[in-house]
Amino acid sequence: MAAPETSTAAVQTLYTNNTLRNAFGGVLSFFILLLIGVMAFSIRLFSVIKYESVIHEFDPYFNYRVTQFLAKNGIYEFWNWFDDRTWYPLGRVIGGTVYPGLTLTAGTIWWLLNSLNIPLSVETVCVFTAPIFSAFASWATYLLTKEVKGTGAGLTAAALLAMVPSYISRSVAGSYDNEAVAIFALIFTFYLYIKTLNTGTLFYATLNSIAYFYMVCSWGGYTFIINLIPMHVLLCIVTGRFSSRLYIAYAPLVVLGTLLAALVPVVGFNAVMTSEHFASFLVFIIIHVVAFVYYIKGILSPKMFKVAVTLVVSVGLAVCCAVIAVLIALVASSPTKGWSGRSLSLLDPTYASKYIPIIASVSEHQPPTWPSYFMDINVLAFLVPAGIIACFLPLSDASSFVVLYIATSVYFSGVMVRLMLVLAPAACITSGIALSQAFDVFTGSIKFQLTGASSNTEVDAAETSSSTAESQTDAVKTEKPEETAKNRPSRKSKKKEREHGEKPSTKAKAEKKRLLALPLESSVISLLLLVLLGAFYVVHCVWAAAEAYSAPSIVLTSHSHDGLHVFDDFREAYAWLRHNTDVDDKVASWWDYGYQTTAMANRTVIVDNNTWNNTHIATVGTAMSSPERAAWEIFHSLDVKYVLVVFGGLVGYPSDDINKFLWMVRIGGGVFPHIKEPDYLRDGQYRIDSQATPTMLNCLMYKLSYYRFVETDGKGFDRVRQTEIGKKYFKLTHFEEAFTTHHWMVRIYKLKPPKNRIRGKTKKSKSKTSSTTSSPKRSGTKKKNPWQ
Amino acid sequence: MARTSSSKENAQALFHSLRSAYAATPVNLKIIDLYVGFAVFTALIQVLSLIFRNPFSLPHFYYLEDPQVVYMASVGSFPFNSFLSGVLSCVGTAVLAVCLRIQVNKENKEFKDLPPERAFADFVLCNLVLHLVIMNFLG
Repeated sequence: MAAPETSTAAVQTLYTNNTLRNAFGGVLSFFILLLIGVMAFSIRLFSVIKYESVIHEFDPYFNYRVTQFLAKNGIYEFWNWFDDRTWYPLGRVIGGTVYPGLTLTAGTIWWLLNSLNIPLSVETVCVFTAPIFSAFASWATYLLTKEVKGTGAGLTAAALLAMVPSYISRSVAGSYDNEAVAIFALIFTFYLYIKTLNTGTLFYATLNSIAYFYMVCSWGGYTFIINLIPMHVLLCIVTGRFSSRLYIAYAPLVVLGTLLAALVPVVGFNAVMTSEHFASFLVFIIIHVVAFVYYIKGILSPKMFKVAVTLVVSVGLAVCCAVIAVLIALVASSPTKGWSGRSLSLLDPTYASKYIPIIASVSEHQPPTWPSYFMDINVLAFLVPAGIIACFLPLSDASSFVVLYIATSVYFSGVMVRLMLVLAPAACITSGIALSQAFDVFTGSIKFQLTGASSNTEVDAAETSSSTAESQTDAVKTEKPEETAKNRPSRKSKKKEREHGEKPSTKAKAEKKRLLALPLESSVISLLLLVLLGAFYVVHCVWAAAEAYSAPSIVLTSHSHDGLHVFDDFREAYAWLRHNTDVDDKVASWWDYGYQTTAMANRTVIVDNNTWNNTHIATVGTAMSSPERAAWEIFHSLDVKYVLVVFGGLVGYPSDDINKFLWMVRIGGGVFPHIKEPDYLRDGQYRIDSQATPTMLNCLMYKLSYYRFVETDGKGFDRVRQTEIGKKYFKLTHFEEAFTTHHWMVRIYKLKPPKNRIRGKTKKSKSKTSSTTSSPKRSGTKKKNPWQ
Repeated sequence: MARTSSSKENAQALFHSLRSAYAATPVNLKIIDLYVGFAVFTALIQVLSLIFRNPFSLPHFYYLEDPQVVYMASVGSFPFNSFLSGVLSCVGTAVLAVCLRIQVNKENKEFKDLPPERAFADFVLCNLVLHLVIMNFLG
């Protein structure tokens, strides 16, 4: 009588201890998550503190301009907007070529806040959208990792993602770009997919499709999702993990997801016609075949099943071959086999450099170097392999997904440095799993060593039952206290019978635990070392956020012996354009500055960062590489009034137009064969000093950059190229200098109007049609058509 | 023994065993199967009617030899979103009905603690979202 009573009393106290521990754990996780969100938000605020609340870089300015338009004119105008202030004279259909997710999100937040009478400006909302969504992304990582491995791993992964430098680089306050919301959408879609896979309810499948729709709205990288999930389904089928939950997770997603993707105007019918989506359809067919086979196997006897198989194989094989032949013929008939240029350059990294120089010239499309891995994911690079191993013990559907995700994202991050961003969540998830497993082992060993020394069997039994209870309550740590109170009677009875049943096996379990436990000293030291590793990670992340990734690149600073210099030349130039030119004047510059010019200077540009029209960019590139007269002709035919060049030679700013000149030559030469790259090279190098080629010294870019440069220091020493320039004293014949900023970083020139009278000899035109007229009007001579 | 009997007898035996096994399924599952069959049939009719409508009506033009034009003529680019939404709505309801069948089937041990009312409610919700999207996409 005494033994059961003491055991029930022990179970009772054990149970209340466990509920208390559960409740405490739940509250603790909630506060930890809140703090993680706050940390994710605040670590991205360095640029606002160091500079000001300003939009960074180039692409965010376009998004900002679109958001301004949306806020001012409403969603119907935005959906049908045709922008005529860019890509003059072609214009751009904004409604059909932009991914609307980011702008709609920020517009909704602005509208919501304004309707609550919190008058934040559109710029403030745009600047702070990215940090807010990074907090959401870390919570989504917690949810995803909790589905894979449990709460501890979830919290670790969330903390790691909140700080990982590669994600900070694209989501700092002011970096108002697609990735700011797209990474959150990516992780959230993956979380809902795993949740559907684990629970098998259609409710989560619906939510999964809606989250996928949000991802398609936000970023072109949605093709990663629609190819990774079919790959995972195929992996599950091949490794024999097919279950009906897999069918429920995948099949509705394909149908609903394709429909929702086709709703977004940018994607449209590409959702069913391009090769990027064919993998999903193929696996859709495969999963139906497999499900049907399993169903037939379930209702037939084994002998009949064999008969069915032979029958189907003989008949179906012929039909299958015919269908596959037709499909292959259809796909092979297009020159790129149905893939777009960007996707092809992902699969074959050398494709872009051979065929599409525009894609090859974007700096964020280059492959990353080895140090950038340590810069961007730091300590996680060591923890990822440990996490992959931890995913295999035990292997479940969710952990096989994580392994596949990290493998593919490592490959793609090696192709393009911009995709390091997709690697960051995968690395955080696997490292979180590894770290939390390590912590589990060490703390378990410490606890075992400290308390397992007693030899009393009752204490042993209580220990093992509490440990088994612990391992079971581990998985339900975040359950609400009310639910545990409801299940109390059933739990109690379960515990009792388990205790009685397990008494014979406790001895074996205790033995096993003793063998698995590590010595006390090594566990303590390893714990300390792990904490130190985490500390190094945190220090590096904060440094990276503060020093490396917070530059708004529209304002530059430099420290010198007499204090801090601020270079605000870009905004100076755009403000000058805004206030000193007509509203309808066209400005020509290299495509890098297009978005900023339309957003800040509010003038029409010829080409901008969207780079959708290679020939138009090649025209501008040809103009920049031609001598003055030819360049004037080209610009005049485009109705250009002002030309803008960026020049860093006076202050040592390395990303100026002379350094980008090789791309102008290459892209221009790709379309207009009279621009030949060897004409500009001396010994295979672009030079601007006295050894430069005459073509180089006469081209428009050289002249516009170095006009009157010799007046600054008398020698014309270019601080970026570290030489004196070749041609120092020259005059411009077809352009006149309109404005040069304080540090000579932006130089604006005006096209001289055509002469009304030609004095002296009539100029012979170069066109084929002979103009015999000697009329004084210059328009008598035919303008050379640059497209012929 | 399997070798001595002809393949025709094999096919007949297979057919019989399939029929007898299928007759044992409960009635509500058979209703769902009927619905799935109807949806797939409708989808097939749409696809076939679109592929086979043209050769009867078009006179012979030389540009028809161009494979691009042939593809476009057979699939039809202008009402493409209607065609796509029609086919995908049928396929979608078929898939969702199959999911419902999986969840409601009492032999499925994975779903024994999922009440069939909840499964049906999820099915209705998913169908609502699907048809909302279809109506938006029909144009």
